[in-house]
Amino acid sequence: MIIIHPLLGPRDSSEFIYKGDAALINRPDWQASDALDQFIDYGYLRDNPAGLHRELWYHEQGDRSWLVVTRDTTTHEITQVELARDVARRQGRST
Amino acid sequence: MAYSGFRILREALRGHRGWGPAWRDAAPKDHYDYVIIGGGGHGLATAYYLASVYKQSRIAVVEKGWIGGGNVGRNTTIIRSNYLLEGNEPFYEFSLKLWEGLEQDLNYNAMVSQRGILNLVHTDAQRDAFIRRGNAMILNGADAEFMSTEQIVAKYPFLNVNNARFPIKGGLAQHRGGTVRHDAVAWGYARAADRLGVDIIQNCQVTGLRIENGTCLGVDTTRGFIGATKVASCVAGSSSRIMQMAGMRLPIESHVLQAFVSEGLKPILPGVITFGAGHFYCSQSDKGGLVFGGDIDGYNSYAQRGNLPVIEDVCEGGMAIFPNLGRARLLRSWGGIMDMSMDGSPIIDRTHIDGLYFNGGWCYGGFKATPASGYAYAHLLATDTPHHTATAYRLDRFRTGHMIDEKGMGNQPNLH
Ligand SMILES: Cc1cc2nc3c(=O)[nH]c(=O)nc-3n(C[C@H](O)[C@H](O)[C@H](O)COP(=O)(O)OP(=O)(O)OC[C@H]3O[C@@H](n4cnc5c(N)ncnc54)[C@H](O)[C@@H]3O)c2cc1C
Repeated sequence: MIIIHPLLGPRDSSEFIYKGDAALINRPDWQASDALDQFIDYGYLRDNPAGLHRELWYHEQGDRSWLVVTRDTTTHEITQVELARDVARRQGRST
Repeated sequence: MAYSGFRILREALRGHRGWGPAWRDAAPKDHYDYVIIGGGGHGLATAYYLASVYKQSRIAVVEKGWIGGGNVGRNTTIIRSNYLLEGNEPFYEFSLKLWEGLEQDLNYNAMVSQRGILNLVHTDAQRDAFIRRGNAMILNGADAEFMSTEQIVAKYPFLNVNNARFPIKGGLAQHRGGTVRHDAVAWGYARAADRLGVDIIQNCQVTGLRIENGTCLGVDTTRGFIGATKVASCVAGSSSRIMQMAGMRLPIESHVLQAFVSEGLKPILPGVITFGAGHFYCSQSDKGGLVFGGDIDGYNSYAQRGNLPVIEDVCEGGMAIFPNLGRARLLRSWGGIMDMSMDGSPIIDRTHIDGLYFNGGWCYGGFKATPASGYAYAHLLATDTPHHTATAYRLDRFRTGHMIDEKGMGNQPNLH
């Protein structure tokens, strides 16, 4: 698989470490009244869809940026690549 | 019709006209006591033990394609019981004992071959860890022997013991481990279950679970609604897709694992060797092909095919330890979808929905578990209590903190 890195252009996926579902950007609030439930969910349960999947890839053998890749798990086709930082900012998770 | 040597002779003299189909092509009925979703090894074994050991009836196995088309027909066929942890080892040893009697039990030649498995070690720390594992195996009634490099060379003279990065410093052997003909496991269980009245319904995909007031009433399929008192999901890599129909999210990611086979060769490799440090393991099939594999590709996938970097990695690992592999031609490679769980261990449990049960999370090691998984799942379905070897395989263990993490990797499925 080739991942079109937003800053570096086309890179082989083997340069990256795969983390998993991009929902992991949304770490729960540890002070919420149902924080335990939320963290069990966050730590252990996954949607695991057959089809489009937004997922985190870490460019370990490159510029060490985290990317959010949108990929079809039934074909491996990649349709969108964003910097995880931009995604997190849009969600108000980062400054 | 029972199979026997005598029967083969008789049929040979009569032009083989007397063999009937090994199982009926059943059409779905309106209602069953048990509907098992998934005609892989585990689903068929569950049906067989439900009927044979637990004396249940009105059982159906519904399979979206043909039985044996999933992982049971794609795996590298290794059986073993060399686990460390208490939640696992008694279960896998129970499975190995069932394999040992399987062919007589099923009246089917599954080609169970206890040719032995050897896990290579390369450092002092690894040797200590493997000896500890061997002791845990022996404490649970399994067999284990630590082999020295000299003993290994005597059995496998072609291994490269002096690899600069991973010199062979010994290995943990389980002589009762080995290989089994994978398709024959599916066919053998199917035939034996069918003979006990189980309906095996192929080309019948489950498209929905009918749940009312917290009770599962049956399954919607491409061949219509099938009612059931108990519905048992057993679909390996497709687990999340089925349980999603009940609104459940699972501690599972689906990943692709690849396998490879060389052209047929004369016998060279007497047992199974695993080179975990180099992501490579290999055995030789009875047809002569070297069957080998390595790590999962590592990203969520339902594609049943992998990518080239892993092929390169596996072949490099193979060349490092088993250099004559390079003289053989690679014949085929393929992939299967693994239900990788958050701690690398499986789940056999009830769900919060009455009448809905779950079996999954087998990762890349569920073939060896086939008999015990079927047995334990049948026990759970028939008695609503866990089988004594499978009490740890609970769905809520991630909430209660009772993970069974053999490798100590944490909640990262692609590292197990
Ligand atoms: C390349 C590879 C190598 C492996 N090597 C080993 C090994 O050496 N040793 C070992 O112990 N394990 C190994 N495994 C793992 C092992 O194969 C699996 O863990 C095990 O086979 C899973 O259980 P099963 O046989 O029931 O799965 P499957 O055979 O996959 O059965 C699941 C069935 O469910 C059906 N299904 C899915 N969705 C639906 C639906 N909606 N409706 C109806 N039916 C449905 C599928 O069609 C399939 O037939 C390997 C796996 C792979 C892919």
